[in-house]
Order: sequence, then C-alpha cells, then structure tokens
Amino acid sequence: MFETRAGIFLIAGFGFFILAFIVMAWVPIAIYQGEPELSVKELAAQGITHDFVDLAERYPRQFKEHFGEVSEESFAAALKLGHKIYVGEACWHCHSQQVRPVSNEGRRWGGESYSEEYQNEFQRPVLFGTRRVGPDLIREGSRKSNDWHIAHFYKPTSVVPVSVMPRYPWFFDAEGYPNKKGFAIITYVQWLGSWHKTYPYWYHRGPDEPAKAPLPPADFRPTTDEAKPAGGVAMRADDAAKAGV
Amino acid sequence: MAKATAIAAGGAGSGKLIDGDRPLVNEKLVLLFFIAALSYVLIAMLAGLLFSLQFLNVYPFPTMELFSPGRWRFVHTQGVAYGFIANAFLGALHWAVPRLTGNRVFSDKLSWFIFVAWQAIVLSTVVGVLAGDAQALEWGETPVWIDPVAQLGLILVAINFLTPILKVKGPMYVTLWYLIAGFIWTPLVYAMGNFLPEYVVGGSAAGAIGGLFIHDLVGLFVTPLGWGLMYYFVPIILKKPIWSHGLSLVGFWGLAFFYPLNGIHHFLYSPIPMFLQYGAVISTIAVELVVTTVVVNFFGTLVGRGDALRTNLSIRWFYVGMVFYFTTCLQCAFQVTLTFQKIIHFSDWVVGHAHLVMFGVFGFWILGMMTHLMPRLMKASDWYCPRWNHWHFWLSGIGLFVMFIDLMVAGLIQGFAWRDLAPWEDSLMFSSPFWKLRTLTGIAIVIGQCFFLVNVYMTWKYMRGTSAAPAPSTPSAGEPAIV
Repeated sequence: MFETRAGIFLIAGFGFFILAFIVMAWVPIAIYQGEPELSVKELAAQGITHDFVDLAERYPRQFKEHFGEVSEESFAAALKLGHKIYVGEACWHCHSQQVRPVSNEGRRWGGESYSEEYQNEFQRPVLFGTRRVGPDLIREGSRKSNDWHIAHFYKPTSVVPVSVMPRYPWFFDAEGYPNKKGFAIITYVQWLGSWHKTYPYWYHRGPDEPAKAPLPPADFRPTTDEAKPAGGVAMRADDAAKAGV
Repeated sequence: MAKATAIAAGGAGSGKLIDGDRPLVNEKLVLLFFIAALSYVLIAMLAGLLFSLQFLNVYPFPTMELFSPGRWRFVHTQGVAYGFIANAFLGALHWAVPRLTGNRVFSDKLSWFIFVAWQAIVLSTVVGVLAGDAQALEWGETPVWIDPVAQLGLILVAINFLTPILKVKGPMYVTLWYLIAGFIWTPLVYAMGNFLPEYVVGGSAAGAIGGLFIHDLVGLFVTPLGWGLMYYFVPIILKKPIWSHGLSLVGFWGLAFFYPLNGIHHFLYSPIPMFLQYGAVISTIAVELVVTTVVVNFFGTLVGRGDALRTNLSIRWFYVGMVFYFTTCLQCAFQVTLTFQKIIHFSDWVVGHAHLVMFGVFGFWILGMMTHLMPRLMKASDWYCPRWNHWHFWLSGIGLFVMFIDLMVAGLIQGFAWRDLAPWEDSLMFSSPFWKLRTLTGIAIVIGQCFFLVNVYMTWKYMRGTSAAPAPSTPSAGEPAIV
C-alpha cells in the first residue's frame, strides 16, 4: 500500500487532500453557511457614508462628471471600483484588514475583528492580509478627513514624513483634482469600518450599540432633491430618531 | 534495473514515439525550460529589488502608473512561483521522469505545447497584474481570466508526466511517489485556491481556503516536486543509494498526511474558528518532526561523501538548501505557535521566512540542478568558467542568509513596537536600517544570478565556437551511464 501506485495515487494524492479539505475548508464553510453574505448593493443600502457626500460637495464638478449624483447606486459603484483598485494596486499587501484579539490590537485599531463583518462581496477572496507595513485599515473609515487622504494618496510623505507608501498621482486629473479612481479609492477606504461601533461617534447612532449603518450628520442633505436615495437616508433618519440622536 | 539497462543499450521501447534516433529525453526542451526559468528569475528578482527601493523612499519611478510598486511586487512573487520555479521544475522533470521510468513523456508535442502555453500564461500574468487586474489571493494574484487556462495547463502537465510514471512495472523509486502525489495535488490546490474563494464562498471561510492555498502552493506543489527531484539528483551525483528506505517512507507519508492540514496557520487569531487554528498549529509542528526524518535521511546519505560538499557545487547547493529547509521548518514550528504569533504576525519576520523557503531552499535546489545539467544540455564538457559559479553560490548564499537574519530581527522589532503601542511611524523608523540592508542583500543576490547567466551564455557561445569538438552524447565523465 505504501509504495504502490494505487496507494499513493488514491490515499496520499486524493485521500489526504480531500480529508484536509473537509476538515480545514468545508468545516468553516459549513459553519458560516447560515450567515448572509451581503452584495455591494446591500452594503450601499446600509447607508451612504458622510465622506462620500463630502467628496461630492467639495468637488461638485469632478464628482458629477465621474459618479453623477450622490445615490446608493453611485456609492455602490464607487465602492466597487475602489475595491478593485485596492486589490489591483496591492494595497492589501501592506495593509491588513484584520484586528486580532492580542498584542493590544483592539486598543490600537479599535475593536477586534469578528466573522460577520467579512460576510460580504468585498471579502471574496478575504482581505485579512498577511503583512502590515502601513496600518490596519478595517477601522480606517472617517478616522481621517478626505483632505488628508487626497494629500496622502498624492504624496504620502507630505502628511506623514516617514511614510514609505508609494505615490499615486494617477488617482488625480491634470488639474490636480481626484479623478474617478481617486474618488473611488477614498470612498472605499473611508467606508471601511463604517459598520463598527468604533466608527467615529458623530456619525453613528449611539455610543454603545454597534452601528449597522453609519449615520450622516444631522444637517446632512443630499445635494439635489432628485438624488435623494430611495431607502438609505430615510431609513437612517428613522434609526436616528430611535437612537435619540 | 532491467528496463534501465535496456535504455542504456539504445533506447529500446515500444510505442510510436520512440524510434531509433529519438532520444528518451528531449534535451532541447529541458534547456529551453531552464532558460525561461532563468529569464524569469532575473525579472522577478529585479522586480523585488525595485520594490524594496520603495521602502527606502528612493523609488525611481514614483509617478508612473505602470511602475506602481505594488504591481511590481505581484511580478516578484508571481514571477518566482510560476516563472522561475514552475519552469525550472518542468525542465528538470522532463529530464528526470523519462530517465527514471524508462518511458518517454506522454507526448513530445504536448510538451512543446506546454512550454509555449506556460510562457504565454506567465507573460499574460505579468501583463495582467501590471495593468492592475490582480486577484486578491496571495501567491495567486494571477488575473481571474488566466486562472482557467493555467488550471488546464497544470492538468496537461499532470497527464504528460503521470503517463510514463504509471506505466512503470514493479516497485517505484521514492522520487516517483513524490511526483505522483505532486501531480495530483497541484491541479487540486490550484482549483481550490483560485476558484472557491472567488466564486463560491467569501469571508472567513474564504480566509481558511486562502490560507490553505498559500500553504499548499508551497507544500503540495513545490515541496513534493522539489524533494522528488532531490531524491533523484543527490544519489546520482553522490553515486550511492539513499541512506534509509524506511525514513524515506516516513518522510513521504508524514508529509502527505500533515502538510495539507497546515493552511489555516497563516491566519491565526483571525475570525476563523479557533479549534481549526489549533489543528493547523499542531499539524504544522508535526510537519517539523517529519521534515527532520527527511533531512536526517539525506545527511545519512552524505556520510562518507562529505568531501562532495567541497568538490561538487551542485551537492553544495542541494545540502545548503536542505540546511535552510530544516531552518525554515524549525522556524515555522516556533512561529506557528500562538505565543510567537502575537509578535511576529504581520511583520517582516514572515517575509524573511518566505524568502528563505522559496529561494534558500527550492531556488537553491533548482540552481544546483542547473549547475549540474546546463553544460550537458549544451553539449559542453564543463562550464565556461566554473569559478563564476562559485561567485554565484556565495553571493546568493550570503545575500540570502543575511537577508533572512535581517528581516527576522526587523520583524521582532516591528512586532514589539506594535504591541507596545508605539506610534506607527516609530515602527517605520525602526525598520529603516533593516530595509536598507535588505536592499543591499538583494543587490548581492541579483549580481550572483548575473554571474550564472553570463556563464550560461558564455558556455553556449564557447560551444558554438568549437562545434567541431565531438558533441558528447553520452553522459560526461564520472556519471553512471543509466541516469
């Protein structure tokens, strides 16, 4: 058996591989099977981030050119493109998206990772990451302003002198404004962690309960009436009333 | 043995692919695979060197999209895995499998097709990742539209080599155990890693599969083919059998059982269920015990022929690779524990580990095989300048070893700085001198490869210049005729 073709072919080749697959892959698949996996559309329906609206307000001409009006559709489109850039530029090789329950990581990044927050389309394949040259990003949303990100993507050392992050001038148009890629990647990064209770408090519903949906500031108004999202904003207003914000 | 003798007597065999003047081994193809591998190793290493400059903030093309450093990191890892290691293994297998089995590969035309197709796959991978179209799977960043083609290629490779192997009558040599298992595992691993977490599951389950893929690509593709070739080349060059058949059995079956169970150790303390993480940790430590038996077996084989380390450069590449293999596995047995993980995960320690295993072990073995085979493939009696090969060895060896130590120390410093909640910028400043040294070691390694490449070219040129010399169709002096 140990030296025959059939033994090696069937037991070592297929048998042990399948055994390992069942134990190490099928078991977690089965465990998480019951958890719904959100599509980008569903993620966008959880709420448009304040930062996305802020980009639209700061750069109305450029924003309109690339994404039209602020809506769940344009938000979803920006997130999707942002994620593609995040993968394509290898951001995930130097930035993790996983806060471990050890080594003071919860204190540094704010809240340890849990499985539900990975149950969405952007975690196919999962972006846990294996290296941190730069900081973890799963709680990055709204920690810094859009302005900071714009300066940082254009030339990281201009805001963090010791940074070793590459420059991304191709996220900007000839006039120096963010282009479509720039809007998208900033929207994506600013969205990360918007579902978490540590998302900056002025955007979420209450200090103690985890916010499923980030809330816009009280004075938030969509730029135009037509662009008023069908479900998102109204739903958040209800939530806000419930939470007494 | 009877079969082997028949081959030595003149390539007797059956089937239409074997006729009197067609040799068992397509040496031209072996040479081409090696040359492709060497081209990619130079490209991949230059890409890594280029990327390392970003860490010093002296990246030469900071505003060119096509030279986005992250994309060149893809070229570095993909070039090494699929351009260098896969090509070199395909070359070495085209040499070893027919000789070991006495049968030609399934089809010579298929071999040529695989050669062309594989270069197309690797080239389009490079183009794809440079265009910003990578897949978010570590070691599998190949754009998703190439994955099915690469999958098909791997299945064709398996058919091409499994056919001659399965034709063997009677007991099989250790190498063939590893190769059979490796040819089954590789397509399975590729399919599992590239398709499931992309199209079937997401989230933590995709993390578990991604971990399996990262690990199995090394453990179930590179490792079995690498050890299989070691079991072939070491006894041939040393001209003595492997020390212990029993240890060979333990090594193979231990690896086959424990290695596939390791994957999740890449994501310890992640949301993947903890009992699976424990399982991965325990089987990783078990692998270390298995690895020890394999390494002991090879050093047992070396006993009495220790002078070969001095006199034969290939043996030196092989055994230094094995020492590195033992080091990397010993390191792994510690770093996989939850205690070590607290500090070293996410740090440069892991980067050092990856370089030690991919270049220090499998790269060294491949370069050893090339050092052994290249002159024969080019019908030369020896290298144009054997001394350059020593430069190649020492620059690679010292460069890699210093890089490994450097990154290991850097990783510890980063890990402790993070745990101690030092400002993030501190960890960058602490790392800066280590990253500078890392670039220097990279330069040393690249220069080392240049010595080898120039030597290959000069040997070829010299042979062309002296084509009047009798082309030795028999193995060069000192080699058993039947290998």
